[in-house]
Amino acid sequence: MTSGNILRGTPPHAGSTAYINAHIIDPTADRVYAGAVLISDGKIADFGPNLFASGAPYGIQSVDCRGLHLAPGLVDTRAHTGEPGEEHKETLESAGIAAAVGGITSMVLLPDNEPPFDDASLIEFVARRARQIKLTNMYAYGALTVGLEGKELAEMGLLAEAGAVAFTDADHAVGNAQVLRRALYYAKAFDALIVHLPQEPTLSGGTMTSGEMATRLGLSGSPPLAEVMLVERDIRLVEMTGGRLHLSKISTAESVKVIAAAKARGLRVTCDTAPPYFALNDIAVGDYRTFGKLVPPLRSEKDRQAIVEGLKEGTIDCIVSDHRPQDQDSKRVPFAQAEPGGIGLETLLPVSLELVHNGEITLPQLFQRLASTPARLFNLPGGRLAKGAPADLVLFDSDYAWKIDRSDIWSKTKNSPFDERPVQGLVMATIVGGRTIYCHDNFAPAAAAA
Amino acid sequence: MLGIEGLSPETISGLLDLSESYIDQNRSIDKRRDLLSGRTVINLFFENSTRTRTSFEVAAKRLGADVINMDVATSSVKKGETLLDTAMTLNAMRPDAIVVRHSESGAVNLLSQKVNCTVINAGDGQHEHPTQALLDALTIRRRRGSLQGLLVAICGDIMHSRVARSNIHLLQIMGARVRVVGPPTLMPTDIDRMGVEVHYNMRTGLKDVDIVMMLRLQTERMQGSFVPSVSEYFRFYGLDHEKLKIAKPDVLVMHPGPMNRGVEIDSEVADDLDRSVIHEQVEMGVAVRMACLEALIGGRRNAIGAAA
Repeated sequence: MTSGNILRGTPPHAGSTAYINAHIIDPTADRVYAGAVLISDGKIADFGPNLFASGAPYGIQSVDCRGLHLAPGLVDTRAHTGEPGEEHKETLESAGIAAAVGGITSMVLLPDNEPPFDDASLIEFVARRARQIKLTNMYAYGALTVGLEGKELAEMGLLAEAGAVAFTDADHAVGNAQVLRRALYYAKAFDALIVHLPQEPTLSGGTMTSGEMATRLGLSGSPPLAEVMLVERDIRLVEMTGGRLHLSKISTAESVKVIAAAKARGLRVTCDTAPPYFALNDIAVGDYRTFGKLVPPLRSEKDRQAIVEGLKEGTIDCIVSDHRPQDQDSKRVPFAQAEPGGIGLETLLPVSLELVHNGEITLPQLFQRLASTPARLFNLPGGRLAKGAPADLVLFDSDYAWKIDRSDIWSKTKNSPFDERPVQGLVMATIVGGRTIYCHDNFAPAAAAA
Repeated sequence: MLGIEGLSPETISGLLDLSESYIDQNRSIDKRRDLLSGRTVINLFFENSTRTRTSFEVAAKRLGADVINMDVATSSVKKGETLLDTAMTLNAMRPDAIVVRHSESGAVNLLSQKVNCTVINAGDGQHEHPTQALLDALTIRRRRGSLQGLLVAICGDIMHSRVARSNIHLLQIMGARVRVVGPPTLMPTDIDRMGVEVHYNMRTGLKDVDIVMMLRLQTERMQGSFVPSVSEYFRFYGLDHEKLKIAKPDVLVMHPGPMNRGVEIDSEVADDLDRSVIHEQVEMGVAVRMACLEALIGGRRNAIGAAA
């Protein structure tokens, strides 16, 4: 299934490469068409339905895409690795490999490591490691507050100078309204984006979502209300400060409703969700399955449907992997003691494609949520098809049927909430800056023949 | 045996019938039989317990099994060993049954996946306590003949109670109607979806009930304030003779113990021999646990069906 090769040593082809006979997904133009893409010097030189319609010109290396889909590579704005601090769970390198296999060409790393990214040197560390690893583009968040404690603002200006693309306290919500208010004000000086997980801390101490399932299992509950309360508070703070806020991992019907209303009022609020919240509900933690223990917790079926609807209508702007590796020691314990989080880099595309296969959204709409919109919000160079844009692309077979299996996972830990799920859609090749960093075995002969 | 949920009425009746057969034996001078001779039972209690652990120990010994009590407080668990490592270590000693109590819901299910002997849940967090529900059922059945059609009120700290959950399942499986009565702060979300009637007031909740099951206020599981004070709790939710008048005249009063007199139950009610069957519950506990052990590791598994 996910058997393929990570290609790291190969230098980018000096000249030009033409990817012909592809179904091109252009999210910004909202179109899918048969055509070709020409890459030169690591950038997109040309693309379109008529390009090389009569065959690639002699002298240019060409790759026959055999009618597969070619799209901007995924831009994942929420991933956690264990480096530095918990390298036994995931290193930047193993995360880079998993991202390559998942078709992710840019990823933004959460700052909740040990030590947390509240110091410019850590942002530089990530950039340096990414250059050494030479796979997916890696960017880092700066911490919003010192030590992610929600009390004092981190050095946002210095962190931004060092390369932090946005600011967040990761899975820690800022409970203190005054702190978030000041952060939103202060960030205006740099036009920085603040990313916040809205979960009222005093209400969200439970281990799963409140409701019948929690009551039956005898587990403490976090009510869906804990989310919408902070969404409403945060929107008022945006209104007051004029700052830019991105709410992460929206999981409830009420939140979608409130965010849609805020957008209609013209406020600078955007949001994302992660595959578990549109593809799973709280039944997935039945039998105390700790792989289904996430932050926020898996919600009811009604909430899940509302998240699908939010993605369809565009209230939810982006889909993130929310990749959070946990080893066996963290998961093979009683549910309440288990660490929350699931891996998601390799399953982001196939699980998200369910939305397309189910007729909820179109392929270009999906790649708006997965690539072009996150790139635009976070001001990253990839995520779009445009002349002169970096040649960050994913080639995939949208119909390929397979089953997610923990023994095929490339990530260091195997804690996928989607373990054993049948899915449709598999990455065949991942291209970053014109360089193929991953190639599936099924596609390898074609690439080699080129 | 991990919980009552999912058991059939036939399995439950079978276990209760088998329990009955032990009551007379337990009341006679010669209490011992050798049905489980050569079998090893390990009591693995991660949470303090006097009555349940002793009850299991007495039950196993009366059937002739070798019983080992693991004192977790002085064991490797305190040295940082994980639950599953402890389970696998004990499993390697080839016991026939491990009786487990743990403070976390689902911990016993998790442990049972890693061992290949019988696992009996002696209470896991706020999830289930199946032998307590069985002994309650046996007590009621002996007094009333059957559970069918009875109206039972389970009162007090429903949220933190595994006894309540196991009893809700068992009583409904056996055809009784169940009310839960307690302050809203101690009522778990969507408890009505488990098929029970919810009451926040003892005056409506106890109306015409056949059985009152009181629950202990589990302050050790509470973080923050669920009720303003013990005296206020007793005033509104403590069972006294005044409130008991609302129930049927021949009402039975039960309590899984340990009781907090003056918190959830008045001493006069607890010691009222016409109403209170609290000590009888403890006696039935031994018989029920003997029946469970026999059914699960006594080689007569098929006699009881799929109790395991």
